[in-house]
Amino acid sequence: MSSQPVLEIRGLDKSFGPVQILHNVALSAHAGEVTALVGDNGAGKSTLVKCIGGTYSIDAGEFLFAGSPVTVSSPREAADLGIEIVYQDLALCDNLDIVQNMFLGREKKSGLVLDEATMEQMAARTLDSLSVRTVQSIRQLVSSLSGGQRQTVAIAKAVLWNSKVVILDEPTAALGVAQTAQVLELVRRLADNGLAVILISHNMNDVFAVSDRIAALYLGRMAAQVKTADVTHSQVVELITSGRSGDLGLQNVNGVTA
Amino acid sequence: MSTTMLPGQEAAAQSPGIGGNIRSYVARVRGGDMGALPAILGLIVLCTTFAILRPVFLSAINFANLFTQGAAISLIAMGLIFVLLLGEIDLSAGYTSGVCAAVLAVTMTSHGQPWYLSVAAAMLTGVVIGFVLGALVAKLGVPSFVVTLAAFLAFQGLLLVLVNEGNNIAIRDPTIIAIENRYVPPLLGWILYVVSVVIYAAVQIVRARRRSGRGLVADPATVIAVRVGVLALLGGFAVYALNLERSRNALLVSLKGVPIVVPIVLALLVFWTFILRRTAFGRHIYAVGGNAEAARRAGIRVDRIRVSAFVICSGMASIGGIVLASQASSVDPSTGGSDVLLFAVGAAVIGGTSLFGGKGRVLDAILGGAVVAVINNGMGLMGYSASVKYIVTGLVLLLAAGVDALSRKRAAASGLR
Repeated sequence: MSSQPVLEIRGLDKSFGPVQILHNVALSAHAGEVTALVGDNGAGKSTLVKCIGGTYSIDAGEFLFAGSPVTVSSPREAADLGIEIVYQDLALCDNLDIVQNMFLGREKKSGLVLDEATMEQMAARTLDSLSVRTVQSIRQLVSSLSGGQRQTVAIAKAVLWNSKVVILDEPTAALGVAQTAQVLELVRRLADNGLAVILISHNMNDVFAVSDRIAALYLGRMAAQVKTADVTHSQVVELITSGRSGDLGLQNVNGVTA
Repeated sequence: MSTTMLPGQEAAAQSPGIGGNIRSYVARVRGGDMGALPAILGLIVLCTTFAILRPVFLSAINFANLFTQGAAISLIAMGLIFVLLLGEIDLSAGYTSGVCAAVLAVTMTSHGQPWYLSVAAAMLTGVVIGFVLGALVAKLGVPSFVVTLAAFLAFQGLLLVLVNEGNNIAIRDPTIIAIENRYVPPLLGWILYVVSVVIYAAVQIVRARRRSGRGLVADPATVIAVRVGVLALLGGFAVYALNLERSRNALLVSLKGVPIVVPIVLALLVFWTFILRRTAFGRHIYAVGGNAEAARRAGIRVDRIRVSAFVICSGMASIGGIVLASQASSVDPSTGGSDVLLFAVGAAVIGGTSLFGGKGRVLDAILGGAVVAVINNGMGLMGYSASVKYIVTGLVLLLAAGVDALSRKRAAASGLR
């Protein structure tokens, strides 16, 4: 795969008042790869994602996009760079249909009037590029979709805008077995289409099924970022629970590291 | 629902056909999305009942009365629908219309302003009221129920101040009086009718052509023909009936033609429907009503949408107030008071707009307004007193809200909205 990461973060610190949540975190995401971001509750996954997405400002650290340093201070700026985040609660409007949701806030217009035909074509093309065949009609209301289909719509919404990096926050958390498989397949396809995907997950099976690299956060520190092929289930679990596993991970967990 | 979404198959995309359209409609109704069905069924039942019990209900003069009696309620309801779509409520819309009517009357009579300046002043008053209410709800975060309940009380007082503690201000301006009391010449009525039907058909056909030209699923010709046919039939009947001579003595004074208020209401219906269905602003209203957090994350300025919905609501209430003033040819402390607000909310809800936000159309205001006008008019003809009318209308409103809540439950169960 490409050697230069699309997104690279170095030495990121983030505090809320006196509490430092993230310590010197480094993370990179490569085009065409799925990077799984794992960590226990409270390890700082969501904070890290919100820093990347521009929801939170960062206290210190470098933010490189395609090799050049950038600053991201609002969600809009992140979106302009091509970083899209699919949050756990999806943020879809039940009373709108699939096309309307995918273009929400960024509607295509011809003059004053909405250009429904163009939006419908673009939405269809995007869903087709992801080989989504599970929805009957893209004019269906989102309220009539299953959990997996909603996740699909949310992901398709994120890739509609020529995005380069897509961050998925626990996309399979609320899904059944078959739907989880569908969504994981979709996640894999995103990477195969050349996007850098960051997948937050608690589920080791999902992580090993789909990821190329694993980044493990432990108490706000990046314990290790390794190739999935190089580690075992139990090593990753150790990284998550104690921050280290043999040679891997933080060598002095309670002291000053890095 | 036989839609396909793969570009490779787009050329072969089968339009659903009339059977498919009917099937998907039945599925929607079963799933709890009844749309206009209750209002239309209610209209049929009510009209049949009243027509049997009181044949005068079907007379040409009474038919025309229905339009003039329902106009103000429908106009206020149209504005309310914008607020209801956000899941908010404006309880002050009735007295807002009263205050605006009073502004109209006072500027015309006491200050001798021409009618157009007075109308502008009344509408401006409505817009300012809406802006203040909307800002209190959106920026300060006071629940709209409380804000507008306070306004309901305060505007009642403001109206009293404007009409000098209870005077009845007569309106003599012929233009304002004409809105509710003069009629479009029969020939012009027919011309307007033909032009409207032709434009409607043209818009439908052009849209379908464009869509199928781009390989998208378009409405089949039969569906368009049925829609245009229904509009032509209903409109044609209404224009014909309204063009019948209504005067008891046609030699003395001739009463025929479509009331002037009807084309005004229809023009506003088309305008707001266009705003709501075909512009990004309208789309954002639905989005905020459906999921405000999703709308906010999509970059929509939720506060601005809220404020503008209240501005539209109060602005439409001011137009309703002008019509009320024209209807009574005067403004007094009860203009826009008592039952006006509940009738307007009732009209919107009976028409199919949800009190929970996110679902509704401007057309609902007309359908629901028709139901309210028919109940009011029919019960008046039956000789019932105001007390019974109030009770029945209250029950109908409760019934409509109950149907709304039930269909929502059912929709949640079946996964449809």
